[in-house]
Amino acid sequence: MSIQYKEGKEPLAQEHRLIFRNIDRSDWDPSMERALQDGYYEQMKKALTMEPKAITDEVKKSGLRGRGGAGFPTGVKWGFIPPNNTKPVYLICNCDESEPGTFKDRYIVHQDPHQLLEGMIISAFAVGAHVAYIYIREEFPAAAHIIEKAIAECHEKGFLGKNIQGSGFDLEIHIHRGAAAYICGEETGLIESLEGKRPYPRIKPPYFPAALGLYMAPTIVNNVESLCHVKHILEMGGDEYAKLGVARNTGTRILCVSGDVKKPGYFEVEVGKVTMRELLYDMCGGPKDGREFKAVIPGGSSSKILRCDETFKIGRGDDAKDLDFWDIQMDFDTLAACGSMAGSGGVIVLDDSRKISWVLNNINHFYAHESCGQCTPCREGNGWMKKVSDRIASGKGTPNDIDTLESIAYQIDGRTICAFGEASSWPVEAIIAKYRDELLAETSEANVVKSAEQLEREKFLQPV
Amino acid sequence: MSNSILEKNIASPETPGSKFFPPFAADDELNAKADRWISHYPEDQKRSAVLMLLHDVQHKFGYISAESIDWVAGKLDIEPIKVVEVVTFYPGLRQSAPGKFHIRVCRTLSCAMAGSYELMDKLCELTKIDRNQATHENPIAVSPCGNYSIEFAECLASCGTGPVCLVNDDFHEAIPAEKANELLAKYPSNS
Ligand SMILES: Cc1cc2nc3c(=O)[nH]c(=O)nc-3n(C[C@H](O)[C@H](O)[C@H](O)COP(=O)(O)O)c2cc1C
Ligand code: SF4
Ligand code: FES
Repeated sequence: MSIQYKEGKEPLAQEHRLIFRNIDRSDWDPSMERALQDGYYEQMKKALTMEPKAITDEVKKSGLRGRGGAGFPTGVKWGFIPPNNTKPVYLICNCDESEPGTFKDRYIVHQDPHQLLEGMIISAFAVGAHVAYIYIREEFPAAAHIIEKAIAECHEKGFLGKNIQGSGFDLEIHIHRGAAAYICGEETGLIESLEGKRPYPRIKPPYFPAALGLYMAPTIVNNVESLCHVKHILEMGGDEYAKLGVARNTGTRILCVSGDVKKPGYFEVEVGKVTMRELLYDMCGGPKDGREFKAVIPGGSSSKILRCDETFKIGRGDDAKDLDFWDIQMDFDTLAACGSMAGSGGVIVLDDSRKISWVLNNINHFYAHESCGQCTPCREGNGWMKKVSDRIASGKGTPNDIDTLESIAYQIDGRTICAFGEASSWPVEAIIAKYRDELLAETSEANVVKSAEQLEREKFLQPV
Repeated sequence: MSNSILEKNIASPETPGSKFFPPFAADDELNAKADRWISHYPEDQKRSAVLMLLHDVQHKFGYISAESIDWVAGKLDIEPIKVVEVVTFYPGLRQSAPGKFHIRVCRTLSCAMAGSYELMDKLCELTKIDRNQATHENPIAVSPCGNYSIEFAECLASCGTGPVCLVNDDFHEAIPAEKANELLAKYPSNS
């Protein structure tokens, strides 16, 4: 039976839909009844008859890597819970979706909450959690209601609560709303926020959530999309799932394309099976009329920018080769080899109408606003980077400003408590490294601000 | 902490929007909801519910007042300062009344490329909002009639359909400046 999608929302031929199979279906709604007609919760029932460890093993075999940003193998993460643990274990679904350029979890929680809940029940059983939280950003008020309703439906059916389906397994899932702070997406910031405090990220080590997480108990934090994949891994079997995608980059993932393309949108593809050229030209319809592609930010605004006219040297020794920008495969390892990252799957495209100083300035405003303020390099550095780029973007910059910016950026990364330091300085470092000429051209010696003393002194100096 | 110290820190100045929101009062419904949220966390971790309680307060009373902070602190058995530190951190929590319809326009890269700054300008022009009154501490600007208030938000996770905005709890996508009028017409001043 073929699935009917809403007009104009049909998946493309290049797509392979697992997670987004039911997104934008014309005959779909987020109710339990509809989900059951589609065979939902069968994998949950199967899981409850398995050994929890066997589920973790399937997830390990599948090679699933987290879809929230870092791309860490999910099964391996689950294995980090200390074996002699006696405290309660918590599972947290990270639905903060706040990385600029990312818009995928939104559709899952609005249109298909039962897929997430089934994935969470299976995952909670596998890691031994009896309480799980969905941390959802405040800006998804409608989704919070939809999920609450879905949770209530699960209770009615006996899929949540005590002794689920006679298995002896108890589980409660609760929703927890954030309050518009990007840093709540960082897993230890999220945990602090869930504990009712300011979301100040914790120092790692020792606070690896899998050992010391929520209420100082072992906690697994996974992205919405990652948890949904667990359901499909169980259905297909880990080995079969691993055949999707390419080596070490298995399965499917959702790429979200925004910015200067004819048809922006979300596409679920096999990881690494689509190249930059196919994505931007075939799937997104190419550049806008009369325009040319200039640059791509491939994995959310924190990832390093790539120029469309770049060639990359990848691999080592005998494997070393040149890779043209357009031949980049959209997987974790290839993008990392090109000096950027696959991150959260948010692909932001810029064409030749965009001034790079303006782009840089917009990004700097975001990070200056969102720094939690704990670490001096991050709090002060981002504030200054914003001020300096404000000046450059408004035409009042001096050539020195570019060096100042660069030096601030390099004083942030590697010197902070959480990865926000890298997230905020990498874009600046990469944009300056790749567009120094363009930035310099926007500055002028004439803008140099000189003190009265300096001007007085210069009267007596020989002109250079 | 006594109420007077709280009031000094949480000043909550009157705004033209104040008239649309009732003064804080914890009725049975609010208490019952709070108790339900609190039950979702371990008994010795009631504090975890602070954001959920604050959202209920803000939804009903428009903003977080000193009085409501006292109530939340009492509910959770914590010092009011612990609630204050949360309220003052999160951009999603307000300390003065917004307009009846609070508009949040996405400012981040993809939406900015699609024209969200132009949308912001148009909305301010149509609603007669002066954004110069907004500060870092209080980023919300309210229209003289109190019907509308506006602020920039960071990426709302719908970058492919920008410019996007939230009006109270309603999400709107693909709203270029030319459609600002249409958008406001859905939230008329006499409704
Ligand atoms: C500054 C910052 C922001 C983040 N924001 C998010 C987010 O919005 N959503 C998300 O799932 N992960 C986010 N992450 C990644 C999480 O810390 C964590 O790695 C992830 O939720 C783990 O899930 P996964 O293994 O399934 O990817 C962020 C990380 C950092 C450093
Ligand atoms: S790096 Fe920035 S966001 Fe992360 S803890 Fe430090 S100040 Fe906060
Ligand atoms: S940039 Fe506006 S929704 Fe992401």
